[in-house]
Amino acid sequence: MRKIYFAALFAAAFVHAEVTVIKNATIMSESSKGTFKGSILVRDGKIAEVGENVMVPQGATIIDAQGQWVTPGIIDAHSHIAGDGNINEMSVSVSSMVNIKDIINPEDIAIYRALAGGVTTANILHGSANSIGGQTIVLKMRWGKDADGLIFEGAKPGIKFALGENPKRSGNPQPGGRGATPAALRYPATRMGVEDTIREAFNEAVQYKAEWDAWEKGGKQGIPPRKDLKLEALKEVLEGKRYVHAHCYRADEILMLIRVADDYGFKIRTFQHVLEGYKVAKEIAAHGAGASTFSDWWGFKAEAYDAIPYNAALMTKKGVTVSLNSDDAELMRRLNTEAAKAMRYGGISREDALAMVTINPAKQLGVDNRVGSIDVGKDADIVIYDKDPLSNYAKVQKVMIDGNKYFDRDGEVSGRPMKEATKQKMIEREKADQAPAQKRRPQ
Amino acid sequence: MKHILIALLALGAIVVGQPQPTSIAIRNAKIVTVSGPTIAKGTVVLRNGLIAAVGDNVQAPADALVIDGDGMTVYPGLIDALSTWGMPVPAAGGRGGRGAAAPATPAPPPAMGPQDRPQTTSWVKAMEQIAPNDRRIESARSAGFTTAFAFPTVGIFGGQGSAMNLGGAKAEDMVLEPSLGQYISLTVRPSNGFPQSLMGYIAYVRQIYLDADHYKMEKAAYEKNPRGMKRPEFDRALEGVIESKRILLPANRWVEVERMVKFAAELKQPAILYGMREGFDKRSTDYLKSTPVLVSLKWPVKAADGDPDDVESMKTMEVREKAPTSPMALKAAGVKFAFYSDGLDQPRDLQRAVKKAIDAGLSREDAVRALTLSPAEIYGLADRIGSVEKGKIANLVVTRGDLFDDRTRVEMVFVDGVKHLPAPETGGRGGAGTENRQ
Repeated sequence: MRKIYFAALFAAAFVHAEVTVIKNATIMSESSKGTFKGSILVRDGKIAEVGENVMVPQGATIIDAQGQWVTPGIIDAHSHIAGDGNINEMSVSVSSMVNIKDIINPEDIAIYRALAGGVTTANILHGSANSIGGQTIVLKMRWGKDADGLIFEGAKPGIKFALGENPKRSGNPQPGGRGATPAALRYPATRMGVEDTIREAFNEAVQYKAEWDAWEKGGKQGIPPRKDLKLEALKEVLEGKRYVHAHCYRADEILMLIRVADDYGFKIRTFQHVLEGYKVAKEIAAHGAGASTFSDWWGFKAEAYDAIPYNAALMTKKGVTVSLNSDDAELMRRLNTEAAKAMRYGGISREDALAMVTINPAKQLGVDNRVGSIDVGKDADIVIYDKDPLSNYAKVQKVMIDGNKYFDRDGEVSGRPMKEATKQKMIEREKADQAPAQKRRPQ
Repeated sequence: MKHILIALLALGAIVVGQPQPTSIAIRNAKIVTVSGPTIAKGTVVLRNGLIAAVGDNVQAPADALVIDGDGMTVYPGLIDALSTWGMPVPAAGGRGGRGAAAPATPAPPPAMGPQDRPQTTSWVKAMEQIAPNDRRIESARSAGFTTAFAFPTVGIFGGQGSAMNLGGAKAEDMVLEPSLGQYISLTVRPSNGFPQSLMGYIAYVRQIYLDADHYKMEKAAYEKNPRGMKRPEFDRALEGVIESKRILLPANRWVEVERMVKFAAELKQPAILYGMREGFDKRSTDYLKSTPVLVSLKWPVKAADGDPDDVESMKTMEVREKAPTSPMALKAAGVKFAFYSDGLDQPRDLQRAVKKAIDAGLSREDAVRALTLSPAEIYGLADRIGSVEKGKIANLVVTRGDLFDDRTRVEMVFVDGVKHLPAPETGGRGGAGTENRQ
């Protein structure tokens, strides 16, 4: 009797539910289930069932992934795509008043190309020109949606800090005639200046917070203090409401920022790039920060000289949650092979390597309850590869976000001739419009 | 003797000048009222700068100067919904140089943040800067324009627009409404100071409105009980912003329409969006709902000096092709819109630009409305201009032929009831005449 009851319930549910089943794939779930051959049931945008066998309901869309591989959607913890205009507000060293959320550009083709590389979520950051940069946001690569539709709802907002060469160079003359002109000089010009800039900003923020707390506790009497966008963001950092993502390279500046954070009572959420992180992995782990780094870039500036490709593995061994990022629209499209490099350099296992571009960045961004692994209850952000995802030869076939298909390789390739034809017609139409006008011109 | 007397009298009349008639009647003309049905053959009577009567049964008063309107069409005078005619042209190489005559005055230090109020002249009103003898005003009037909603457009907060009738020797004679709203521009200009990025510009505007709210609270508290309270520091920029009853925000792409509609809602300011190049896109009209918009008459064209080997994106080509259909699409979606010159001032250019929208599918009635009653409604002035109705200001354009057709001639233009004849067409640009250069 129970079976019939449940079957009836199922049937009733499916009349209204959007159901997809991905069948017979090798699934790298990045969850406790590990890697196995099986199927995934997606309902209403969520992963409803994962296992070696799942019941295929009537009316479900079936994707036969025989011979193919499935991974969770890739998460890039450091990206600058999908923004209109300069992602650096370079005029001032503390630009916490600006917000990437204000300039989201849903038409950036880099979003689509990232999808084609298996990326489903990206942490869009302000640039590294400023000691304290602008507010940051997490987006899902929902190509075709508007700006609001791209926002990863519920993801905690962030702010970008930058240490080292980039912030101190940005406002000062550089060799070879580069850098700032005399009219645009900007403090700081040294690493100690960067530290001072951050401390001074937080001194102001502490005072600002005190004013607001006093007004609130005093029963909101009289007019409130003036709202200052720059200090408001830093107040949120002090209150743990805004994640700090700090661009850094050298061991000494990593330790410096940990000390600053401890002094003011806030936590660094992630160190970004952190190429000398392996030297201070213990301290990073003790602070509780994550590390988001490159797989093997090194030596491109003085502070990157001591970078080694074992950075990710060494930090992982000391208990740091490590992710690999792109910081680049091109590299973003092959984060799967970036992850694979962690196996070559440091003996990381397959699952732990893929974790560096899936569940680990999800944890760092505080969205691991939603994404980062193929687990029941999580968002159906899923990538299908034709071959082993950790191989150079693997190509993304399909990408699903919230259970909706946003990329289909076959569809993309087969749709090109028609697009080309449409474009050709447009060109011809334009030429035809110009031609009679040319004849009409002499009056 | 008699001949000498008559000659002297005639001389006297010439010396004194022709007096303005007390009233004018244009008889037997087609009248496109815009507010109501078109009158196939009727009479308009002007008196005291106002429309005294209009209809198919109206008699010309005995004291009226009668104009035979047979074969002519009377329209309401055209309105430029966002105008720079008569406004100072920023000096070449300068940054809207007020007082940038010579590098005697050192450049101000670069702005260090919103507190320095960069690129802000929110208190300036267009009527304070407009030059009534600017040749662009005469040129536009020859195209049938009788009113310009002129705005100062330099900087982030350019200043407040003023409704100006395009006839008169002094700005005070021209002004209909001194404060139409605040012009905001988010075009990133090279600068050594804050802000230098689009997000910086947006953050700045947001901070100004937060400061304005706080400023109002401070002033109110001080007014209520000044004793013992330090007086709020006077902030010219905030005064200008508070004085503005609405804001103008730029939006060409549908992405920008989405962004600006949401921004205006956040700032809690009534807004008008200007530009609207992608108005044809359904996403634009979906977001707009009840936000009125101004459509630029400068349709996108292919750069003449572009690299011929450059392959343009489909999107660029599509926008260029579809932009002139934006007005028709906006009308179909029920969005209130008006046209603006976007710098065009030659009659031929203006006529062609409007014709392009008509050729792309906008009805002639809607085109006329977008240059008459719609801009008046958008700015809350529809009770005094924008249609040929009794009691409204006597701003009219009289044509031979339908407005905006290639062969149509503007016969005469009335501004505040004063008749103007179109200027003879000067061949090409760079003709004689003054332009308000500062």
